[in-house]
Amino acid sequence: MTRPTPETLAHTARRARAAAEPASDVDPATTRAAASPATPAVRPTAPAQVSGAGSLVRSLEALGVDVVFGIPGGAILPAYDPLYDSTVRHILVRHEQGAGHAATGYAQATGKVGVCIATSGPGATNLVTPIADAYMDSVAMVAITGQVARPSIGTDAFQEADIQGITLPITKHNFLVQSAEEIPQVLAEAFHLASTGRPGPVLVDIPKDVLQASTTFAWPPTLDLPGYRPTLHPHGKQIREAARLMAAARRPVLYVGGGVLKAGATDGLRQLAELTGIPVVTTLMALGAFPDSHAQHLGMPGMHGTVAAVYGLQKADLIVALGARFDDRVTGKLDSFAPDASVVHADIDPAEIGKNRHADVPIVGDAKHVIDELIAAVTVERSTGRGADLGDWWTQLNDLRDRYPLGYDEPADGTLSPQYVIKRLGEIVGPDAIFVAGVGQHQMWASQFISYEKPYTWLNSGGLGTMGYAVPAAMGAKVGKPDTVVWAVDGDGCFQMTNQELATCALEGIPVKIAVINNGNLGMVRQWQTLFYNERYSNTELGTHKHRIPDFVKLAEALGCVGLRCENADDVDKTIAAAMEINDAPVVIDFVVGKDAMVWPMVAAGTSNDEIMFARGVRPAFDEDDI
Amino acid sequence: MTMHTLSVLVENKPGVLARVSGLFSRRGFNIDSLAVGETENPDVSRITIVVNAESSPLEQVTKQLNKLVNVLKIVELDPQVSVARELLLVKVRADRSARAQVLETVNLFRARVVDVAPETLTIEATGTPDKLDALLRDLEPFGIKEMVQSGLVAIGRGSRSITAGPALRAA
Repeated sequence: MTRPTPETLAHTARRARAAAEPASDVDPATTRAAASPATPAVRPTAPAQVSGAGSLVRSLEALGVDVVFGIPGGAILPAYDPLYDSTVRHILVRHEQGAGHAATGYAQATGKVGVCIATSGPGATNLVTPIADAYMDSVAMVAITGQVARPSIGTDAFQEADIQGITLPITKHNFLVQSAEEIPQVLAEAFHLASTGRPGPVLVDIPKDVLQASTTFAWPPTLDLPGYRPTLHPHGKQIREAARLMAAARRPVLYVGGGVLKAGATDGLRQLAELTGIPVVTTLMALGAFPDSHAQHLGMPGMHGTVAAVYGLQKADLIVALGARFDDRVTGKLDSFAPDASVVHADIDPAEIGKNRHADVPIVGDAKHVIDELIAAVTVERSTGRGADLGDWWTQLNDLRDRYPLGYDEPADGTLSPQYVIKRLGEIVGPDAIFVAGVGQHQMWASQFISYEKPYTWLNSGGLGTMGYAVPAAMGAKVGKPDTVVWAVDGDGCFQMTNQELATCALEGIPVKIAVINNGNLGMVRQWQTLFYNERYSNTELGTHKHRIPDFVKLAEALGCVGLRCENADDVDKTIAAAMEINDAPVVIDFVVGKDAMVWPMVAAGTSNDEIMFARGVRPAFDEDDI
Repeated sequence: MTMHTLSVLVENKPGVLARVSGLFSRRGFNIDSLAVGETENPDVSRITIVVNAESSPLEQVTKQLNKLVNVLKIVELDPQVSVARELLLVKVRADRSARAQVLETVNLFRARVVDVAPETLTIEATGTPDKLDALLRDLEPFGIKEMVQSGLVAIGRGSRSITAGPALRAA
């Protein structure tokens, strides 16, 4: 076992500097709620002569950026010179994809804007996946890319790629900076766009000669975004109509999406739920928005949701969607989704309302304002004695919860059960830690078997489903929340896509912990092959079991981390405990688990939620007469 | 499916047309006609888009268009209360024997001859798409050598202006 010695670590000096600075670990709820200033609140700066690059770095400082993730290269190189002296910490990643996901993890954990930097051409195109990922999950990210010098644009110059064109469909907005004078304004606009309204990634592409040009830096700039006016406050009439429906409904469900977390509306959500007694389901993007242990929480809906949550939505007479978007993974076959339900759909993005499912009561607004105003309107309804008895509804739902709890069978072949590992991890580590998942079976088990009690403790790639998200996103989360324990729950397939960032973690002093749920296969794909392709396992065996290639313990050690291995149930607790003891280096645990475990319940892709399978060959017996 | 005419007011900046047109193709819509030009405010361009769509997916595209940061305003023009025109330039075979007949058609449609060559006439016509179709049908027997058509431009009838408004003044 090798560990990097502190003397060799390049980050020591930086750490000391960071420690001298005021605590940046602000309560996310407050930063999120306040994340809509028209101009950043920073002392005005008198005009100063700088290079475009200097202007960029000073803009980042003025915007309150404390950390950026990136890799230098030719076109962006001028920016790295002033960055060398800046208060902005630059974390040198090993692949630009890592920079992008780290920025996302940082943003999701802290509620602040995550920033990544790359050079032109391949540097920029390597950011495409994390940008698309951030777009699908509405993450406030600013990506800064170098571009070839203006006279070379369009000539197929060395390392030229039209990254503005490439990212048009996957950014909230993007900029190609045309002159050094624009830099402060463009940066301020980029941060404003990324963090307000429906958050999303914004790309700023800056040609090399613009970075080198001489300019004047002054702060704050004036934002000029005449076409950008997100609606934050909902329409009172719609709120009253929603409250009226909520009071009258006999089988209502609150369908909570990631927008509630983005708006910092979790306290209000709890108040609304408890005031009305309405059952709550939280989507994959919203886990932690409502405590898993709360009696009114039915769990996660969707393809691998709980029977109670899926059934609850399916049989509801009223669905109140808050910051959720009726994703296909939630609705199943759309035309048979919740056939009897009226829909109240509240979202900050008007384009989401009615996109997939007709909204009877559309509400455009920030989830925090929507929920606060709903609480007031519902209180009025109740004061006049309105409010249906939900007793029968709860009886049905509780019956389903009792009969179809989340569970798993121990593998018949005596191998270690992946669900058991993840369940114990959640129990031992506790609800204060942040869990970051990759994509696949381990992600679904981590969503099911870890109890999320607090907001912003669950990060994952929901919309894009980006394998390889976990390690770099955990790195970003740990940088943003250095005093919080950050665990990545990763698969052996995912882990092999981005584990190079563990070298970054080791050298930069970012002690993340990685639980590799190593089943030797692309497990979710294999599960589909088991269920839908006659057990023909085409190209899903990775060899991490059969050949132990790579050996994850040795790999971890080679990357400057502590590597541990656990192969049987008796060792699970002590291995997790051992990992929890190590706080001066990243730790990787290779949990060698059985390959045949499957994620249940499951609504097969393209089928109706009515077809939910509780386990293989087991359909829940719904008491249709009750409805 | 019905034809819809959208007037999209956008910031006059590079790349805005690509954002708008890209959004249509990305969401599975075909643009039937497209015309772009400056407005009375040089900071604002007006894109007129004719699209064949059901009203429900069109609403989705309109909402997505509205999300584009450079888009200032979108108005669907009702054909009953708006004026819509296209411009057509067509080069028709018209030697001495046919010239008089071609000119008769030109006059009938209140079109204009803008270039004369020994074998051809080049005709300019403006009008609704229906009128231009009719003109082309009449000219076809003479032999159309080349033609080019602009996208449709349209404006609402009456004194109201869609370019008036606080957002647009700010631009």
